[in-house]
Amino acid sequence: MPILEGQDVTKFFGGLAAVSHVDFHVDQGEILGLIGPNGAGKTTLFNLISAAIPFKSGEMRFKGHKLNGLKPHQICKLGVSRTFQETKVFANISVLQNVLVGAFFGTPTRVSAADAAREASQALEFVGLTAMSALPTKDLTMVNQKRTEVARALATKPELLLLDELMAGLTPAEVSEAMELVTRIRDKGITVFMVEHVMKAIIGICGRIMVLHHGEKIAEGTPQEIVANKKVIEIYLGEETRAGS
Amino acid sequence: MNITTLTSKRFLVPAVLLLVLVLLAIAPRLIGLDHINIMTDLIMWGVLAVSWVIFSAPTGYMSLATGGFFGIGLYTSAILYAREGVLLPLPACIVVGGLFSFCAALGIGAVTLRLRGIYFAMFTFGVVEFSNRFFNWFELEIMGARGRNVAVVDTATLYYIALIIVVAVMVTAYLIKRSRYGLALQGIGEHEEAAAHMGVDTTRLKILTFAISAFFMGAMGVATGPRVFYVDPTTAFNANYTFLPVLMALFGGMGQLYGPILGAVSFGYLRYYLITKVPYQYMLIFGITLVLVVVFLPQGVGGLIQRVQNRLGGLITKLRKGGPVEQHANT
Amino acid sequence: MTTRLILDIVFNGVVWGGIYALLSMGLSLQYGVARVLNLAHGEFIMVGSFLAFTVCSMFVGINPLLSLAIVGPGLFILGFLLHGTLFKQLRKSSPSVGAFEGSSLLATFGLLYIIQYAAKLEWGSLPANIHFLPTPIRILDVIVPTNRVVVLVFALGISLALYLFLSRTRLGKAIRAAAQDPATAGLMGVNINFVLALCFGLGAAIAGFAGVLHILCFPALTSMGLKYTLIAIIVIVLGGVGSIQGCLIGGLILGIVGQAVEHYNAMLAFPAFYVIFLILLLVKPKGIFGKS
Repeated sequence: MPILEGQDVTKFFGGLAAVSHVDFHVDQGEILGLIGPNGAGKTTLFNLISAAIPFKSGEMRFKGHKLNGLKPHQICKLGVSRTFQETKVFANISVLQNVLVGAFFGTPTRVSAADAAREASQALEFVGLTAMSALPTKDLTMVNQKRTEVARALATKPELLLLDELMAGLTPAEVSEAMELVTRIRDKGITVFMVEHVMKAIIGICGRIMVLHHGEKIAEGTPQEIVANKKVIEIYLGEETRAGS
Repeated sequence: MNITTLTSKRFLVPAVLLLVLVLLAIAPRLIGLDHINIMTDLIMWGVLAVSWVIFSAPTGYMSLATGGFFGIGLYTSAILYAREGVLLPLPACIVVGGLFSFCAALGIGAVTLRLRGIYFAMFTFGVVEFSNRFFNWFELEIMGARGRNVAVVDTATLYYIALIIVVAVMVTAYLIKRSRYGLALQGIGEHEEAAAHMGVDTTRLKILTFAISAFFMGAMGVATGPRVFYVDPTTAFNANYTFLPVLMALFGGMGQLYGPILGAVSFGYLRYYLITKVPYQYMLIFGITLVLVVVFLPQGVGGLIQRVQNRLGGLITKLRKGGPVEQHANT
Repeated sequence: MTTRLILDIVFNGVVWGGIYALLSMGLSLQYGVARVLNLAHGEFIMVGSFLAFTVCSMFVGINPLLSLAIVGPGLFILGFLLHGTLFKQLRKSSPSVGAFEGSSLLATFGLLYIIQYAAKLEWGSLPANIHFLPTPIRILDVIVPTNRVVVLVFALGISLALYLFLSRTRLGKAIRAAAQDPATAGLMGVNINFVLALCFGLGAAIAGFAGVLHILCFPALTSMGLKYTLIAIIVIVLGGVGSIQGCLIGGLILGIVGQAVEHYNAMLAFPAFYVIFLILLLVKPKGIFGKS
């Protein structure tokens, strides 16, 4: 049962097609991976889904709602949340305050202060940041700042979570922790769509994988199928694939 | 009730504030009217500085339209509370003037706050000049007026009105800052795109907050009308009413509520003192001060005090050996 | 609406347009490359005008155009030093481009007051005039003072020189690289700090030129800076930041519109510019030739 589907999604930057006639779908409850060489259009696709950039060509539907023309805050309230490739935490306020923003504003109906506080501390506990919740976010390590972003996104009570290169820059031990976190998120009932370069993570936790190259979808299937796919192997020959080890 | 409770922050700060308020309230009985007039002037600057901080501090969007909103207020008082005929009682004029500014800000915001902050700064920079010239044309060609006179109001009343407005704006600033919207405004200032992705309707929040800050500027403008007595577009729409509150807020510190007040009192008084002695030089000095503050003291005096407090607080907590950690939860 | 009136408006509009274009090119350099929205830009124009006035008062009978040779380098040095000290320091201490834009904006706000009031102290508040070729000549059925023709020629000439400098010379290309991507330009061997200071100085110098040209035809006031800063801003929004052609066309449009409105009522010229500004922000903030 697809929770998010897109038909003929296209985005041009000047004369270049960053995303070109992509059809895709994300099934409810799955962890879908999105891979491809640098510049393949992965983050652009995410930016189209979350309305970070305007989406005009093609059609995308989340739980039946058309996403064309919606603004980011509206898409968030529909139930789609995300993290960013370059961490966009609110650096000068505390970790708790970061997550509270999501808790207060991420839901379609107004929440009370008590409910928001509870939601925020639950999100922080889920990612393991309770001990640091009062610290200014800029003082945290990069890993913990990423965790803050995840907690903030979770506090918006999403049904679909877009993770953009969550594992970038993490040590192998941290990658394992992150993989476990993502699995727990899915076990909570949240569908996950993740862009990743770290192969160990993608193959390890994704039920399905989608491959983009020069803005086009060139392959889609289970991890086993993708790993054996000739086209995929070709485009990665000569590319630096970080296998997470 | 032991000494710890009495000196705890929650009790001490409101008590001190109440004391200050009481002193200010009975001031006209204690000191001469000339001094009351000066204090009203300082309060006026305080209102403008605090109003400016409400929007521009958390979001980082530099509004340069303060003089325009203040001028709208002055103008409103000249029309609705004229010496020739008072159309509305003064409190009503104040609200109306505030509302005019509120609506003007809604309009300006709707056009510019959908765009990047630099366009907002650019456009608001010209609001005073535009108003100046437009109203000069309007008054001269359409109304045939050459300046207007505002009705007379006694010094003490003007002082109390200013006091009410400054308390109102400070309470508003405090409530906004402690609310979820204050948090969202800070999010906008840190990473507007991320705030939007977490469900904040950034454009609407910006426009509304900008309009609220303009309301108080306009209200104070109306309350200042009777004090300046003569109002024409050139004196009403003056870039100094934009520049000085910015200087005061920056100097005093935008992160603390008392910062702009500190700046307003310091520079308001300095200006009052210098304006008769060195009328051109003092603005030159203030310009230099602004540049120095921007480069060397961007957090203002309040920020400096905050840093000292943090150091001391760390010291005291060490001495108390693990006192309660202060959580800053917003409501 | 006689033909003569239209020609009159167009010609004077073009003269003013040339001055507007020139002063906005300076601002475009400062904002487009150095990322400083210089609110004090108009003050440099005013200083240019008054420096020319001072030169002509000191050396009576001298050709006022020669003051270009003094004003240009003088203001260039001022701008260069300002950037090298003030803005370089702000760049170092600002955590992001947005923060730098904000703090540099406020710094230039302070500069505005410093320059304007220093000028008021030096030159007072009365208008200053230079007597230069006031004899009228006839062009295409329009009678104009000769000085305006000269000013127009010089404005176009300086614009052309700037265009050639930016597009043909090595330094010009370094400037354009720095505007597009400062980090990469730095990696390719461009001395970023020097280039930024250069642009700021160049912007100030061009503003100075505009000021000299201004006072050759029209009186100057120490309070005129703010209006010119705003006009420069509107022109670069209209034409698109970083585009010389945009500045020319934007300046031209405002010049002609300004003359047309002034014919009806002089006080409404600036408000008319602001209405254009408003419409622009609603419809196409990137401007005619704009890249972001």
